[in-house]
Amino acid sequence: MTTIQTLPTGLDVAAIRDDFPILTRTVREGRPLVYLDSGATSQRPRQVLDAERAFLEQHNAAVHRGAHQLAEEATDDYESARARIATFVGADPAELVFVKNATEGINLVAYAMSNSSIRTGLGPESERFALGPGDEIVVTELEHHANLVPWQELCRRTGATLRWYSVTEDGRIDLDSLELSERTKVVAFAHQSNVLGSIAPVEELVRRAKAVGALTVLDACQSVPHMPVNLTALDVDFAAFSGHKMLGPSGVGVLYGRTELLEAMPPFLTGGSMIELVRMEGSSYAPPPQRFEAGVPMTSQAVGLGAAVDYLSAIGMERVQAHELELVKVALDTLREVPGVRIIGPDSLEDRGGAVSFVVDGVHAHDVGQVLDDRGLAVRVGHHCAWPLHRRFGIAATVRASFHVYTTPAEVAQLADGVRAARDFFGVS
Amino acid sequence: MKLEQMYQEIILDHYRSPHGAGLREPFDAETHHINPTCGDEVTLRVKLDDSGEKVEGVSHETLGCSISQASASVLTDLVVGQTVEEAFRIMASFQEMAQGRGKVVPDEDVLGDGVAFAGVAKYPARVKCALLGWMAFKDAVARVHDAAAQDEATSKGAQA
Repeated sequence: MTTIQTLPTGLDVAAIRDDFPILTRTVREGRPLVYLDSGATSQRPRQVLDAERAFLEQHNAAVHRGAHQLAEEATDDYESARARIATFVGADPAELVFVKNATEGINLVAYAMSNSSIRTGLGPESERFALGPGDEIVVTELEHHANLVPWQELCRRTGATLRWYSVTEDGRIDLDSLELSERTKVVAFAHQSNVLGSIAPVEELVRRAKAVGALTVLDACQSVPHMPVNLTALDVDFAAFSGHKMLGPSGVGVLYGRTELLEAMPPFLTGGSMIELVRMEGSSYAPPPQRFEAGVPMTSQAVGLGAAVDYLSAIGMERVQAHELELVKVALDTLREVPGVRIIGPDSLEDRGGAVSFVVDGVHAHDVGQVLDDRGLAVRVGHHCAWPLHRRFGIAATVRASFHVYTTPAEVAQLADGVRAARDFFGVS
Repeated sequence: MKLEQMYQEIILDHYRSPHGAGLREPFDAETHHINPTCGDEVTLRVKLDDSGEKVEGVSHETLGCSISQASASVLTDLVVGQTVEEAFRIMASFQEMAQGRGKVVPDEDVLGDGVAFAGVAKYPARVKCALLGWMAFKDAVARVHDAAAQDEATSKGAQA
């Protein structure tokens, strides 16, 4: 069993697993935990937990205010985390806004555009973010609700129209399904589908958006934690990702925006910290990223996320990606052998990442999940916050297995055994 | 094994051949309930007698897991032929058991096959599955009564 854990990618999974205390616990009457739900939230290594604790025990203070020593140290830690996370995604620190999670990051852009669309009391620089009737926002049919509902709401508020690329039978964005136009103002899409695992053709989508002058918004929740991502090289205008999916704490995420855009964009949340000058008659605002970080921000969480990117960088994201592809291969190869299993998404490793979703003929996803849980396997069941995508495939729910650096091929192989057991239990065989 | 505690044979039987499955005419009200966390759906029709006090028929179409389908089936058995008052009393008892985290001892005289769902109560994530059909039923009965009340108000208005 130990040999199988050392992969061709050179990842010492056994040593990595020692860093994750939760992986030693048992569930459901003493079964070893097999955690295959990292796409929902990942587990955290000791290094992240220690960084948070060390910050709170030694440096805790409100950042960007106060002149005492703790305030200085806390601010340094907070900004150091921002700088390291920026390096991790190939961006400048001033292009990174700390938010609660990716959902808040995407809403921040949508609300800034909403504010721009009201057009009162704003300078001409915000005009490029303004929307109105006749304008279009384009998304795709495979989006997580977090990259769909905020745009539906923005359309409702501004009178703009939502359009979308459809999804092909094998789980790819159908680039032939939609033509952008001069009225397209935003193109928002997931870098990697949280259900299908398919990776979007970012370069082509960005090229098309730029050709019509539309802004691009990348949901990078399932890419940044699992593969090397350079946001500057991808040339997107905005991107968002969550800390808790990349071995970091919950309650912290990142909105990336190109400098010239963040400088021109009006704020979403307002209040302390984000101001330049405040008078009773009105206020002016700080330059980004502070303009978008109203109030005392999350601090130990940001520090923890800094530790998480240090941890991932030390492993190397190329190796993380290779490891996960190996796991996808095991999942696809073993599940394919189980009668009645249908993979929803690409059944190959091409342009694909580590989320494997499937249905089992005659056994509802909930029931499959329950049988897996009984064997200690934690998977996600349901629509995974991508309801329209499930509807497109004519199904209510799927079983999803998703991975991270600590997942072993032996664990993934248990999936197929569990599905066989579910079929037996419900008398489908 | 815990799995058998949850999926008792009675539940699996109802799942394999659910009672009341397939939408039927006539009906007084139809409701459509969904479980937003998993996407499961139930469409349920209810037929009351002329007085609106007795449940004459329930039919449903359930797209969901074994628990939600079996629960809708058991619901049909338990409420058809009962007065609305009695049906709601049974529903309250079922709900109390389902939400009781496995600590509520169900009364078989009241719940019949419904007692099989006591094991589900130990799995908080599945309680909504067990209650999906029941909530649709409650809503459907309320709609029949609301419509009746409205008709009465309209006819009174017409007389005046």
